[in-house]
Amino acid sequence: MKIAIIDYGIGNVRSILEAFKNQNSDVILTKDKDEILKSSGLVIPGVGSFSHGMENLINYGLDGVIKEYAIMDKPLLGICLGMQLLFEESSEFGFTNGLGLISGKVNELPTKDNQYEKLPHVSWNEINSKKISWNNTILEDIDEGSDMYFVHSFAAEPNDPDEILSLTEYSKHNFCSCVKRGNIYGCQFHPEKSGLIGLKIISNFISICYR
Amino acid sequence: MNKIRVIARIDVKNEFAIKGIHLEGLRKIGNPNILACNYYKDGIDEIFFMDAVAAYYDRNSLTELIQKSCRNVFIPITVGGGIRSIDDIKNLLKSGADKVAINTKAVRNPDFILQSSKTFGSQCIVSSIEAKFIKDGKWEVYIDNGRESTGTDVVEWAKYVEELGAGEIMLTSIDKEGTKKGFDIELYKEVVNKVSIPIIASGGMGKSTDAVNLLKDADIDAIASASVLHYKIESIKEIKQTLFENNIRVRI
Repeated sequence: MKIAIIDYGIGNVRSILEAFKNQNSDVILTKDKDEILKSSGLVIPGVGSFSHGMENLINYGLDGVIKEYAIMDKPLLGICLGMQLLFEESSEFGFTNGLGLISGKVNELPTKDNQYEKLPHVSWNEINSKKISWNNTILEDIDEGSDMYFVHSFAAEPNDPDEILSLTEYSKHNFCSCVKRGNIYGCQFHPEKSGLIGLKIISNFISICYR
Repeated sequence: MNKIRVIARIDVKNEFAIKGIHLEGLRKIGNPNILACNYYKDGIDEIFFMDAVAAYYDRNSLTELIQKSCRNVFIPITVGGGIRSIDDIKNLLKSGADKVAINTKAVRNPDFILQSSKTFGSQCIVSSIEAKFIKDGKWEVYIDNGRESTGTDVVEWAKYVEELGAGEIMLTSIDKEGTKKGFDIELYKEVVNKVSIPIIASGGMGKSTDAVNLLKDADIDAIASASVLHYKIESIKEIKQTLFENNIRVRI
């Protein structure tokens, strides 16, 4: 009953590891195919550029492993860049293909031409717009309007609006801050860096994994 | 809509949190890890650890502290001081830091900002700039924790670090640092319109209304506070309440 955090040489994974430990889960950091496939829950962390992230996944042979894992319909959580990688492609530094587990694209937040607000979006910001119920999802018992910590310049645009779990407003534009497709979840914010509410979201994910 | 971040700045010398005036005359405050945990519990938005003597010794010694802190502090942690190489950054991120702040090395070799932001992403590279007032709308960049002047103009340097890929700027006023007499509002007004990346104002906050006065005049993204918190002049709740009452969006 282990939860595996994918170790693909990207960013700060220690805080994710500590957050899962803090919520009493049996968690490991791994790039081992068998360990990943037999885990009860999988986390794809990640900061930095989309192409660099995808390149590392491919170099470690993990892209295929994640797809194989997802087919089993076990819980998966992508955080920040890890969420973006779940989609089909990104326009960051030209075009790069993603894992394609969720239909949609990743594009830069529309601020550069408008100059409403700054990029990167580094801030606490609210998650809103509860069109679909948050019950039995990673956002269960989270209040609408809760502040989460964001640090990014790109955001995913799911093709299916019913897969958007929450929206966040930035620069007069609503972007998808949390996505759900079956048992696959993605959050653009960092739950491991969003205080007690973030820890609650991690605890919800753990419950889903152990269900 | 963005919320203004309230950041606790903890300067560290050896194993102690310290506080000086104009970055000098250091006084021991307490255990930096315990301070960070307490500020986290009280609702601070981010922790900034600065190794106050690292630049002098050419190394950052905060890895152990970061490892300890990230077990209990689940908000962003930035680390600065004495960062000299890609490996230094790798070590700090691996220890649990989310962002690193670079000053001296970047001034001596601007390419370092470019290299590090390419390697780790702009989002984790903070350009730390120490500014000293010269005359009429001019500030000069200092390095080595305010010890050495460089002759470089602050506004020009800020524009340049953005171009090189820095994701944020931590702008410290040496003149105001530790004085508790309020921020150098003119400095921030001057810089904030010249760059489009987030700016953290540091140095001079003695009470929450100092932050209100700054934010009324300058489009700053975050304020760093040390004295107010260390000397318990106001609680984090009180600071945020004052900001909120003055129509400044904060995370409550």
